Parts: sequence; C-alpha cells; structure tokens
Amino acid sequence: MSTQTPVRPVESAQGPVEVHRRLPRFAPSGLYVAGIVVGALLAALTTGGFNIALTVVYGAVLGTLAVWLTSRAVEGRRKASDRLVTCLVTTAFVIALVPLVSLVYTVLDKGLERFDSEFFNSSMLGVVGEGGGAYHAILGTLIVTALTTVISVPIGLMTAIYLVEYGSGRLKKAITFLVDVMTGIPSIVAGLFAFALFSIFFGPGIRLGVMGAVALSVLMIPVVVRSAEEVLKLVPNELREASYALGVSKWRTIVKVVLRTSIAGLGTGITLAIARVIGETAPLLVTTGLITSTNMNPFDGRMTTLPVYAFYQLTQPGFPAEPAIARAWTAALVLIILVMALNIVARLISRFFAPKTGR
Amino acid sequence: MAKRIDVSDLDIYYSSFLAVQGVNVSIEPRSITALIGPSGCGKSTFLRSLNRMHEVIPGARVEGKVVIDGQDLYGAEVDPVDVRRQIGMVFQRPNPFPTMSIYDNVIAGVRLNSTRMKKSDMDDLVERSLKGANLWAEVKDRLNRPGSGLSGGQQQRLCIARAIAVEPEVLLMDEPCSALDPISTLAIEDLMTELKERFTIVIVTHNMQQAARVSTATGFFNLSGVGQPGRLVEFNPTEKIFSNPEEKATEDYISGRFG
Ligand SMILES: Nc1ncnc2c1ncn2[C@@H]1O[C@H](COP(=O)(O)OP(=O)(O)OP(=O)(O)O)[C@@H](O)[C@H]1O
Ligand SMILES: [Mg+2]
Repeated sequence: MSTQTPVRPVESAQGPVEVHRRLPRFAPSGLYVAGIVVGALLAALTTGGFNIALTVVYGAVLGTLAVWLTSRAVEGRRKASDRLVTCLVTTAFVIALVPLVSLVYTVLDKGLERFDSEFFNSSMLGVVGEGGGAYHAILGTLIVTALTTVISVPIGLMTAIYLVEYGSGRLKKAITFLVDVMTGIPSIVAGLFAFALFSIFFGPGIRLGVMGAVALSVLMIPVVVRSAEEVLKLVPNELREASYALGVSKWRTIVKVVLRTSIAGLGTGITLAIARVIGETAPLLVTTGLITSTNMNPFDGRMTTLPVYAFYQLTQPGFPAEPAIARAWTAALVLIILVMALNIVARLISRFFAPKTGR
Repeated sequence: MAKRIDVSDLDIYYSSFLAVQGVNVSIEPRSITALIGPSGCGKSTFLRSLNRMHEVIPGARVEGKVVIDGQDLYGAEVDPVDVRRQIGMVFQRPNPFPTMSIYDNVIAGVRLNSTRMKKSDMDDLVERSLKGANLWAEVKDRLNRPGSGLSGGQQQRLCIARAIAVEPEVLLMDEPCSALDPISTLAIEDLMTELKERFTIVIVTHNMQQAARVSTATGFFNLSGVGQPGRLVEFNPTEKIFSNPEEKATEDYISGRFG
C-alpha cells in the first residue's frame, strides 16, 4: 500500500497504548483567563466603562471558545469535549458563586458598622435615632427557634420512623403525600394558620412567641420528615435483621440500632432544617409581632425576632433613618452568622457521629 | 440446652407466592443438619422460618407447624422476639453493627436488650464468646476498635461470637462460609463441630464437601420447575445422602449432573 496513513497520535515505544499530545498544564486556565480579559476589554468598548456582568458573559464565552478550539487543534476531539465540559461546569460554578460572594460582601460591609457590644447588649427600649441594639431580637430568635425545634423534631422524627419502619399501604401513601404538600406551603400561609388557630382561643390581635414557633413548625416538620426519612432508609436492612436475630424487639432495634446508626445524618438534617426556618420573616410578622423591650417568655406577650427586627428597622426607620438601616444590616449579619454556625454544627455532627470503619 | 425441631407440613409464602411447600422434617438436638440445593429453591426461606425471621419481610407468612421441644413456634401466644432469643442466626453476609466496637458487638444481645450485667461478667462473656468463635487471639488487643474494621472472615466470626453470646439453643447459619477463604472456612467448620456439643445447628451451604464434612444429617431442597415452590426432596443421614441417596434428583445434584 502506498497511501500514507493519516496523521495519528504518536505511538509509544512500549506498546499499543496511544500517547496523545497534551496541552501544557496551565495552558487551559491561562487561555480562559485571557478570554476573560478580552471579554472585559470588549465589554469596556461596547459600554464605555467597566461592566462586571458583560465582562463575565463575554469572558466566559470567549474563554471557553479559546480553550475548546486550542484543545481541539492540539489534543484531538475527545479531549476537547472534556475541556469544553470542564469549562462549562467551571463557568456555571463561578456564576453561582457571584451572588453569594456579593451578598456576603454587602452584608459584611454594611453590617459591621454597628457590629459592636451595644448592639448585642441593649434592646430598643426608649431608643430613638442612634444607639440601640438587638439583644431582645437575638434572644427572641433563639427562643422561638428552640421552641420550634422542640415541637418539630419529635413530630418529624416519629413520622419518619413510622413511614420507614412501620407504615404500609394507603396510610403511608397519604402521609407521604401530605408531607409533600406541606413542603410547598408558602410561609405566610403557615403564619396565618398559627394566627387563625390562636385567634380562636385568645381572640384576634393575639401575639405570642409560641405562635411563631407553631407557624415555623408547620414549615419545619416536613423538612425534618423528608430528611430523616431519606437517612433512615439508608440504614441497611441487614442491621435490623441482625438485631432481630439476637432477640431484640422492634422498638429497641429502632432506637438502638437504626437511630444510632443514622444519628449523623439525622443531626445534620435537623440542623439544616433549623437553619432553614431561622430566617423566616413573614410568618413571624403576623404571629410574634414586635416590641422594643426584652421578653423572655414565649407564652406571654409579643416577642421580637431578628428577621422581623431587620424588617421593621428597614421599612420604618423613623428619623433620622441611617442608624436604623445600619441596625437592620447588622441584624442581617447576625442572622447569617447564626445560619453559618448551624451549618458548621451540622458538619461537626456528621464528622463525629458517623460510623467509624477504623481501617 | 440443645433442642429438637419438628417441622410438619410447612408452607412458606411471600405474599401470594408460595416459595416452599410441604416440608416435613425432624432435626435432632446436638447435631449439625446441612441443607443443600440449587439457588432459589428456598433454603434461606426455610431457614428463616425456623426462627420467625421470615415474617419480618412485609407480606411474608407461613402455614404449618414448627415445634421446638413440644412448643409450637407459630402458636398464637408465642412472641417472635422470645423465639429469636432461643434460636440464633448467622447471616450469609457478615453484618456487624458499624457503630459498635468489637467488644460491644459481641455483647450486642445484652446491650440492645438493656439487660443488667456486671462489668466483669460482660468481660467474661466477651472472652468466652470470642474464644468460642475462634477470634479471641486475633482481636484481644483491640476490643475497642470498630467491628467493621475487621476482615470479612473475622467479621463473620465476630457475628458468630455475637450469636453464641446470647446462648441460644439452636443456631441457624445461612451460607456462613460463602465469602470466606479456605482457612477461615476450616476454622468455622471446626467451630461448628465444637458448638454442636451445646447447640443444635442448621446450616445452609452450597459446598457439598462442607456438608459431607460437618453434618450428621442432610436435607436436599429442589424445585420441580420454574415458578414452582421448592420442596424438601430428601432428608437422610449425611452418609446415606452422599453414598446412596434415595432420590434420583439428589444423586444428580450431588454428582453435578444437575440441570
Ligand atoms: N423478599 C422476597 N420477596 C419475594 N420473594 C422472595 C424473597 N426472597 C426470596 N424470594 C423468592 O423465594 C424463593 C426462594 O428464595 P431463597 O432465598 O430461599 O432461595 P435459596 O435457596 O436460599 O437460594 P440461594 O442458594 O441462591 O441463596 C425464590 O424464588 C426467591 O425469588
Ligand atoms: Mg439463600
């Protein structure tokens, strides 16, 4: 045969494994960054100034194209597709990160102004204008959330245990369906539910900390049920059978084997469920209300919580407005810190309680 | 301690599917009984019906009688939990509790039932059971390490230790050696021979040599066809089954001329 074989990847001397030409290690990232720089220039040209949104859009497209085309020319098709998808995934990740970073930055920037000891040590009692704090709101949030947890976790956990360990047939299906429906309840509806419920007994206009807890429970229970159900299902049946075979009753098996084995996942799920409801505003507006002084008793009188506090500081700042708005940002910052702390707790729980393999 | 098991006209169902039909057998105390047969013929199903583990599966049920020393296991007033306390079980795949140490795994029966026991008694029990399961020497220095950190064969012996620690009267073993190397297998076979002094042992195995080596009596399960229930075709002393079985099917299966 005299025809020349098409250009093929270099074959290695040792054997049939094909060795492809590769781009140098930092070439793809370099090309991508170059694409972004060009994108920034292009954005500047078209708009006549620095524009972050256009830079990201142009840059991502150009960078991806540059990487893909170069890789295609040098490395061949399969590798080029790999690079293309890597670029797309990275871009998506960066885009998802932009709002988060921007949010954290803004809240830190504006919230740190009043992040002082007065904010944590004083309530709004008698405060007009400067000064004042959110001591009462932080306490209120902690109390209401704790109460919500106390209501939701037993109910949610028991429901999940029923669904996984006992339930069958129609009732199980019905409960699963209702839990799904509950997951989708708008939070204001949960608030109105609690409001209506307590109005029956105490008349309209009633505001109590515990009402907020009831409203938040309506939101939290389905989250707990769902996450606990998933975690309980992960416990292998073999462990239950091992326990039964030792002559252990079903209830003890559930408590000492199933729950013990899944405690890490349960703890994580519950902590994340708390994080989910701690920042709710709407249901608390209509249930716990607002006061300027500290109220530690959720069964008597209004109770301020952080989200509601931030809401009112922002929407009804009074005059002058600046101190109130600064307080609102700081309240938001404290709330974010609380949620972050809960997330860290969730991670610690799953780290410490996960079954150890010991290998 | 060891007890005799009499099974009569036992039908075992998964919902409406009849998996095993018409088993009549008498299992002698202080003996090892082997159950052999092709895959899917209902050996595990039958074994699990002997300690009421079968009904753990939703929709599973049993008709007929299983009598242990005169007491009907499926009698209306019998609590399955008590039955399982008397009849222990070792599963095909080792399943130590992943959250427990080796020590806690062995006394899991005590711990999970919240039975009160002195620390020194517990230590004794752990040592005795682990020695009984031929595992003591390997793990005595790391009793507080997690049980799931052992090798597969060690885990299986740990499960055996756990089963004998509750001092059952009958021990059911479902292919206990199927995941083990020949050395661990021999260790477990020796162990069974020792244990039969105290327990009645029923073992399911796919290994003919194993059945021939350890058992006193052997039962052969077979399917008459696809979708048909499994049946106990022949039950005889092991020597007879392996030298001159009564049934043609048994002979074919044992000599490898099956199917
Ligand atoms: N959980 C279950 N639900 C419904 N049918 C089942 C279930 N477990 C087993 N079966 C059916 O029961 C029959 C007997 O199964 P079994 O597990 O007892 O077989 P086996 O003899 O132990 O087989 P192997 O030697 O492969 O372990 C099979 O037809 C199987 O499909
Ligand atoms: Mg089986």
